[in-house]
Amino acid sequence: MRKTFRLEDLDCAVCAAKMERAIKEIEGVHDASVSYAAQKMILDAEDEKFNEIVKKVVKVCKKVEPDCVILV
Amino acid sequence: MTRKQKRNLKRIVASSALFVLCLFIPSDGTVGVFGAEILWKYVRGVLFLAPYIVVGYDVLRKAFLNIIHGQLFDENFLMALATIGALAIGEYPEAVFVMLFYQVGELFQSIAVGKSRRSITELMDICPEFARVERGGEYVEVSPEEAKVGEKILIKPGERVPLDGKIIKGLGSMDTSALTGESMPRDISEGDDVISGCISLTGLFEVEVKKEYGESTVAKILEMVETSSMRKAKTENFITRFARIYTPAVVVTALIVAFLPQLVLFFLGQSEAAFSTMWLSKALSFLVVSCPCALVISVPLSFFGGIGGASAKGILIKGSSYLEALSDAEICVFDKTGTLTKGEFEVTEPVCDGDKKELLRIAAQAEAHSNHPIAQSIRRACGEEIDPSAVTDVTEVPGRGIKADVDGKITLAGNIALMKENNIKCDKLDKNGSIVYVAQNGQYLGAVVIADTLKDNAREMMAELTRLGVKQTIMLTGDTEKAAKYAADELGLDKVYHSLLPGDKVKKLEEILSEKKRGSVVYTGDGVNDAPVLKLADVGIAMGAMGSDAAIEAADIVLMDDDAAKLPLAIRIAKKTMRIVKENIVFSLVVKIGVLLLTLFGMANMWQAVFADVGVMVIAVINAMRALK
Repeated sequence: MRKTFRLEDLDCAVCAAKMERAIKEIEGVHDASVSYAAQKMILDAEDEKFNEIVKKVVKVCKKVEPDCVILV
Repeated sequence: MTRKQKRNLKRIVASSALFVLCLFIPSDGTVGVFGAEILWKYVRGVLFLAPYIVVGYDVLRKAFLNIIHGQLFDENFLMALATIGALAIGEYPEAVFVMLFYQVGELFQSIAVGKSRRSITELMDICPEFARVERGGEYVEVSPEEAKVGEKILIKPGERVPLDGKIIKGLGSMDTSALTGESMPRDISEGDDVISGCISLTGLFEVEVKKEYGESTVAKILEMVETSSMRKAKTENFITRFARIYTPAVVVTALIVAFLPQLVLFFLGQSEAAFSTMWLSKALSFLVVSCPCALVISVPLSFFGGIGGASAKGILIKGSSYLEALSDAEICVFDKTGTLTKGEFEVTEPVCDGDKKELLRIAAQAEAHSNHPIAQSIRRACGEEIDPSAVTDVTEVPGRGIKADVDGKITLAGNIALMKENNIKCDKLDKNGSIVYVAQNGQYLGAVVIADTLKDNAREMMAELTRLGVKQTIMLTGDTEKAAKYAADELGLDKVYHSLLPGDKVKKLEEILSEKKRGSVVYTGDGVNDAPVLKLADVGIAMGAMGSDAAIEAADIVLMDDDAAKLPLAIRIAKKTMRIVKENIVFSLVVKIGVLLLTLFGMANMWQAVFADVGVMVIAVINAMRALK
């Protein structure tokens, strides 16, 4: 399943790249992209565990960029 | 400006004011505070903390959080470390200025990025707000997602078509510019298909919904633009990788600069020189320059701008990787029908000694009952209304043509074999296209030549491609040798392969791909039956794709209308974007490395370092925004 999320207060491009890398390492994630320019995240992950994966994504992002909010 | 930006602006102004005030504090002598004699030096240090904290508290907070999270080389951490270090060695104004300037840069960057994002969203503002659906005899406004296939929707002038459908009733014109970049309105009437995203200019339309919102053109296009960040260009990936090495490398160098000279001097016995803060100060400047922001921001922003700017002109690009490949187009391969030609039959010339109009009229009469595309084009060229009842006894001779009784006269319309069989004397014409010979009552009248005509600006497109550095132009077509050669000669293509079956096209393209040198192979087709070829090429472009899902799906780049000039335009946009990307990379690296070297040799200090960081970033972002235009 592929879903697009809006991001709020993603303030640095380096962080976006770091977030993207960290998300890609989560188990069950097929592909991910965090666009600083578009302030959007696209997540492509396993259908069955999608909600769990999203929770993990939110956690990982908090770690990299504490101010950034993922609008689920 | 958002609320956060406004707040940051206030903080910057307040901090700047405090900073200027602090600059008046003397750095020598003593001052009496509550009866005690205190050195001005210390008072100054404490007072300088005020502007520092006002402008930098969030950076400090984030830096602290990031240390806890194990994110060591984060920009906040680097800035915090550099400025705290500067405060510690007594370089108060430097510390405050670096933090202040850094925040000014951050604010600017956030405004600039927000602005370019907004202008791109405006360009892509094709999303319909509602659909007016007929339910229970009344029209109700619902969200486009709720309308179902087969339902009837009403579109008033000035409104956006919410879903793809077919017009049941209504006549008027549509503005397709949001999709195609074409400003000429399109006239449409009953029976025509309408595409979501267009705007009705005049006329009230009743439309039957043919596709659900998720399947409609608008949703497809939006999805495509949104997911374009998934396919990153090589340059973009390179920059991200580079940033991961660059920051730790500079920080390590900073550590070496800070401590190695001191150790060496200490062991050489020059302990006084060893304890000088000069080396520490240099190391702090290094930290300020170590953030790769300018690169990491400006490169994706340039691509984002290039893709956004292209979409406003009806060119949809599915990812920056294709923009990158397109900028380096070496071989352009084309399909013929529908790409270089209009894809519709037209009478190019009536050939006869007598009245040409009369010839066309007789041919049209003979073909009055036929639905063949050739017959239709002859009737169109004739322009007169033909009374079919005057035409009787029609026999279609397979592989030959038509024999009919027109106003009591035996009329023949067909190929040369039909003429020969009926003993009509005529010369075989050598023309491109299909030739319909016409005879009446045993008398040869003339011939009508029907061909698929070349697009108006196809020739200019070829010339433009050569100017843009394309080395070779090749045509792959399923059409006959004669038709293919004619088109290739007219347009000045370098190579032409004809009579190809769809499978042959794939093989030919594989050959072409193996021949290319450094650039990329761009294939342009109509996207209807050449999906495998589109996928195989480095860049697959579908032309005239408005409303064709198959084409939007298969292609890497979609040209919404069938204007041939869009291809060179797309290449120009790609080239411009890549030029901006390269400018930014070279400029940022040269300035940063330059400042690092100058610092090392004592010719630059923290003031220059913060320019190298923030100033370069600002300039790179401004440059990146040019890609949008």
